[in-house]
Amino acid sequence: MAEPIIQIRNITKRYPGSPVAAVDDVSLDIMAGEFFVLLGPSGCGKTTLLRMIAGFEIPTSGTILIDGQDMAAVPPNKRPVNMVFQSYAVFPHMSVEQNVGYGLKIAGVRGDEALARVREALELVKLDGLGSRKPDQLSGGQRQRVALARSLVMRPKVLLLDEPLSALDAKLRAQMQFELSDLQDQVGITFVTVTHDQDEALSMAGRIAVMNKGEVAQLASPSDLYEFPANRFVADFVGSVNLFEGKLTLDEPDRAAIDCPGLGKVYLNHGVTGPHGADVWVALRPEKIYLHVPGEGKAIRAAAQDAPDEHNLARGTIKGMSYLGDITLYDIKLDSGAMIRVSRPNLSRHDQEDFTWDDRVSMHWRADSPVVLLS
Amino acid sequence: MAGPLQDWRQHKRPFAAIVSAPIFWLVLFFLVPMGIVWLYSFGQNVGPAAIEITGTLDNYKRATEWLYLSIFLKSLAVAALVTFICLIVGFPVAMAITFATEKWRPWLLLAIMLPFWTNLLIRTYALMMLMGQNGYANKGLGAMWDGASWLRTLVGLQPLEAWTPVQLLYNNFAVVLGLVYVHLPFMVLPLYSALDRLDKSLIEASLDLGAGHFRTLMKIVVPLAGSGIAAGVMITLIPALGAYLTPDLMGGTDSQMIANVIERQFKRANDWPFGAALSFLLIYAMFALVALQSLRGSRAKVGAH
Repeated sequence: MAEPIIQIRNITKRYPGSPVAAVDDVSLDIMAGEFFVLLGPSGCGKTTLLRMIAGFEIPTSGTILIDGQDMAAVPPNKRPVNMVFQSYAVFPHMSVEQNVGYGLKIAGVRGDEALARVREALELVKLDGLGSRKPDQLSGGQRQRVALARSLVMRPKVLLLDEPLSALDAKLRAQMQFELSDLQDQVGITFVTVTHDQDEALSMAGRIAVMNKGEVAQLASPSDLYEFPANRFVADFVGSVNLFEGKLTLDEPDRAAIDCPGLGKVYLNHGVTGPHGADVWVALRPEKIYLHVPGEGKAIRAAAQDAPDEHNLARGTIKGMSYLGDITLYDIKLDSGAMIRVSRPNLSRHDQEDFTWDDRVSMHWRADSPVVLLS
Repeated sequence: MAGPLQDWRQHKRPFAAIVSAPIFWLVLFFLVPMGIVWLYSFGQNVGPAAIEITGTLDNYKRATEWLYLSIFLKSLAVAALVTFICLIVGFPVAMAITFATEKWRPWLLLAIMLPFWTNLLIRTYALMMLMGQNGYANKGLGAMWDGASWLRTLVGLQPLEAWTPVQLLYNNFAVVLGLVYVHLPFMVLPLYSALDRLDKSLIEASLDLGAGHFRTLMKIVVPLAGSGIAAGVMITLIPALGAYLTPDLMGGTDSQMIANVIERQFKRANDWPFGAALSFLLIYAMFALVALQSLRGSRAKVGAH
């Protein structure tokens, strides 16, 4: 990951008649050879940004450089990028081979070389032997492979993918996530993917830009995004999270404490560098909370000796349960009246029978688990 | 999902109740008169107002004489030319409507359909007023001519001689123009409906793969609008082939089309059997066209699967 292949500088896109910008002063670099994902809810501007890179939308202001070259005056058919469309946009009146060979023909690649490259691309996406089929004789997943081959055969500097997996069923989607990652490793082309699906983003991406209301909320690796979200939007959008308002009562380089009316006293084994008494939010992932029978939590927490007494502990009553097979989710009403969600892995076959509705439970979490958010 | 009228085979009575009235109407006022005319085509005049159905084929023999066949072929040529011009003019119009913003599209479609609100006769007369010797077209051309003449005098050249109005009406040009004007909406609407169904990302995909706009139009848009083009051609060609009013009002002595000849047989010549034979020759030709079209359509479908 050396040079940036795409440099986006202060890009803003306003549609006429809309009071808010679809993309609002976004700047980011996409490195050569990386798998970059634009993640966000619908309407966050991620597709608009992708379409501006492809050249289908013209930025209101700002510049996009691809391989160091300003793209402002370059039309889509002259850009060194190719796109896989959400609907795949496979030409229905052409065979698979004709679809894949379409761009090569325009580029002036003919004869044996064109044939070899089409065959190579079809092999890459595991469609060899289906070259003479028409798109209406293919499944959705196969049509997507045609769209992929059609773009890859052009050997673009960047491959843009607009919600590439959204039209596939869950099993196929999981399989294609791996295949896309493998494919990207094989061909070494920079992939830029747009998705609203956080699982998809986490599993495929090298880096993720989470977008919200036209702005980049956070740009980080998948694990950093999940474990160190920068703000409440990212914490809530990526994975599920319990959020509690609180006041910072202690903030030193190696420890911090927050008083949350909803959750109780929270202790961290690192500093957060916020002003004393500031309003903050504590984010706690459901899988980072341990569930116990009453009283047991306190003992285990005390034995761990990672926090002062009466910190990182909570008590409540189970109000909801959903058994998902691998884990069970518990919705617990804390004694403060706030709700908290806890997930518990079903390590043995009868684990889900340990707790049930209206059971009193105690909870504890480790001092490195909560994340303190200032915004 | 199956409503009470979904499958008429299972619900014969409500279906019969609904369709019997229109079927009755069609049989009585369309099929029966058509049948009578068809029978006349095998008859002969036995008096000023009496026709005897003798089963003779003389009328058809006469109808295929070169005198009439040439007019028939000319009608076909005019209709084909009109259809072709409608296609060339109508395609960009349909494209423009398809790619117009949501706000504009209904208004543009309305503009296409607006002529239907006015009677054909009135529209034709309006066009004739525009194209007459003293019409606005000639006035505009005359004004430009005078302007050019004036410019010449400015630079010291001899002025042009006086403007002589161009003969725009009462010739084949006027007939073709008038027919194009009348039939353009019939072409634009099916083209629009085909283009509107076209997935716009196909066009973007073509551009994305390096194709220019013209190549995208010829390789992607036109082939995929094929069904709309075929429909537009059929519903323009068939009425244009049977056009009567436009050649009658706007054409010259040499611009008569087959419908004008037919009309003359029923009225001035009072030869109904021969008129009927000519009419049915036209209908057979149209049947052949439609059959050809559906054959092409079914073959395209077979080829796709």
